[in-house]
Amino acid sequence: MVETQLRFRDDEPAGDPAVTVDSFGEQTNASAVRIEPGDDARVLLPHLDRIRLVEVNFPVFGDGRGYSAARILREAGYTGELRAVGDVLIDQLAFLRRCGFDSFAPEHPLNAADAEAALARYPEVYSPTVDGRPAIWAKRHGLA
Amino acid sequence: MYKYDSYDQAMVDARVAEFRDQVRRRLDGSLAEEQFRPLRLMNGLYLQLHAYMLRVAVPYGTLNSAQMTMLGDIADKYDRGYGHFTTRQNIQYNWIKLEEAPDILADLAKVEMHAIQTSGNCIRNTTSDQYAGAIADEVVDPRPYAELIRQWSTFHPEFSFLPRKFKMAVIASDTDRAAMRLHDIGIQIVRNDAGELGAAFYVGGGMGRTPMIAPCINAFVPIDQMITYSEACLRVYNRHGRRDNKYKARIKILVHELGKDEYTRQVEAEFAHLRTQNIEPPLAELERIKAQFADPPFEIALDETVDRSDPDFAVWLDNNVQVHKAPGYAIVTISLKPVGGIPGDASADQIRLMARLAKRYSFDELRVTHAQNIVLPHVRKADLHAVWQQLDEAGLGTPNLDKIGDIIACPGLDYCSLANARSIPVAQKISERFAGREQEIGELKLKISGCINACGHHHAGHIGILGVDRKGVENYQLLLGGSEGADTSLGTITGPGFNEEGIVDAVEKATSVYLANRQDGERFLDTYRRIGMAPFKDAIYAKDAV
Repeated sequence: MVETQLRFRDDEPAGDPAVTVDSFGEQTNASAVRIEPGDDARVLLPHLDRIRLVEVNFPVFGDGRGYSAARILREAGYTGELRAVGDVLIDQLAFLRRCGFDSFAPEHPLNAADAEAALARYPEVYSPTVDGRPAIWAKRHGLA
Repeated sequence: MYKYDSYDQAMVDARVAEFRDQVRRRLDGSLAEEQFRPLRLMNGLYLQLHAYMLRVAVPYGTLNSAQMTMLGDIADKYDRGYGHFTTRQNIQYNWIKLEEAPDILADLAKVEMHAIQTSGNCIRNTTSDQYAGAIADEVVDPRPYAELIRQWSTFHPEFSFLPRKFKMAVIASDTDRAAMRLHDIGIQIVRNDAGELGAAFYVGGGMGRTPMIAPCINAFVPIDQMITYSEACLRVYNRHGRRDNKYKARIKILVHELGKDEYTRQVEAEFAHLRTQNIEPPLAELERIKAQFADPPFEIALDETVDRSDPDFAVWLDNNVQVHKAPGYAIVTISLKPVGGIPGDASADQIRLMARLAKRYSFDELRVTHAQNIVLPHVRKADLHAVWQQLDEAGLGTPNLDKIGDIIACPGLDYCSLANARSIPVAQKISERFAGREQEIGELKLKISGCINACGHHHAGHIGILGVDRKGVENYQLLLGGSEGADTSLGTITGPGFNEEGIVDAVEKATSVYLANRQDGERFLDTYRRIGMAPFKDAIYAKDAV
């Protein structure tokens, strides 16, 4: 199993191995699930209260379905750990964070200084998402 | 014109720093080319046949003279003294060094410009009507809506790794001058019977190898929900667009395969959900942007008369000048299609001259058109002759707007690593062949692509030409009857292709059929639509040459 390199949570990581979305539906006690790009994150929505970890796999960084999957889970109120795994690269980190990921287990470890710089790069954001950062328009109009 | 505030400037400055860092990591080897590729593409930097090409964004095609001057200076400083204006109202430079690209972005940032998302599988530069704010037929100026979309789409975290590139256009007239229905999302700003503004969404259009005209999926999205609706359209696409085959990855294929109704149903469901997420900018933000696009201080009681006694000037007036909404003013289109020239190319000196003319005669504004020309949107009629004289002296006075010489052409095999055939020499030969006969032939939009990706919009040409590779030899297919605009249609291939000389002859035969058959006031396209393909085909493929 690939190590989690970056984690932005204070709670204890879930101990259970993540199961596939298909077997999650069958195993009523599973608390960790792994989403592949073709999976529909919305099938998890009725079970969010028992999930502690969702891993979203990026087999190739260019397949951006995981961004929508993450945001959908957060929009539905999921507060557990949301971990990006697979082909996770420096220059995707900030986008992933904005879509609600709070831990990262890249297949190839990232240069820590470069990762930190990438995450801190943009002082502001144009679009609101699920990360709580106010959009530039909100600041312009005193809404944040 | 839109003016950056400190937020906009900070975002662009951060991008320069980020790209400088990415280039550093590429040059020191810590980024592999494969990993660097999507990053440079999101900054508009392509590796072409001979060098890097940098595509600079010109949001909705609008520039001020300081920006235009900078584009000329960049051409001198970092390229070979010229730039190429594109069908997405952008400009690209063909001879760029990787190590200098961050400096170019820094120079651009000094004049509130960038190359963000001019490539890559993300939301590209949003285009608009080149006559926005100057033409009488618009409901409102569409550019504030395009600017709202620019900000929303810039660094959008969810939609930066879409199945494929994503192009949006915004217009606000029934006369479509932006090929709106040939975009992934085309938006027409409309007013309903109650006088309220809304956005009509056309989704799933495009050119490429499977050209499609976008269907309207919602005729009236209230204007204060336009961003949320766009987000819904994109999310359905990001989740369900095909990723197994890059040639079937555009949204047009998803809309086609699901069917318009099912796609619309999914969008509406996502929209209902996203409306609970408070992602829509307040109307105050739109008003803030709109205020920056207020009309310039047009003078009143200006002289309407124009002295037409100079015959060359009169021809240019009839071709390249449009009616302006304000009395005493006119819209000037500068043709970048001189006889035998490279469509859309301009030298650094020409670019700077156009900037000076804009400053002196057009309230400091220019537009890039998707037909690869430049517009001075607000010129006093009394100044038209002076403007024309200065353009003409600089080789910019060609009177051929929408004529057969006003060709759209992609860079083709002379530059592009995707191309199968050269486009530029064909454009040059056609323009030379028809020099002097353009006025007789009248409106005829001719468009050339050097491969099936259709960057030269050949599907939408009254006459379209598609370059293909046939057993290692360049071969050109001829299409007739395409059109963009309110009467959007896709061209039909005439039959077997031609070599480079043969295609020019075939175009000539097609125009001869038109001239022999046209009735009063008919354009080439009208005649083709009336008499159909057969007479053209007969003439083009007749054994004995015409």
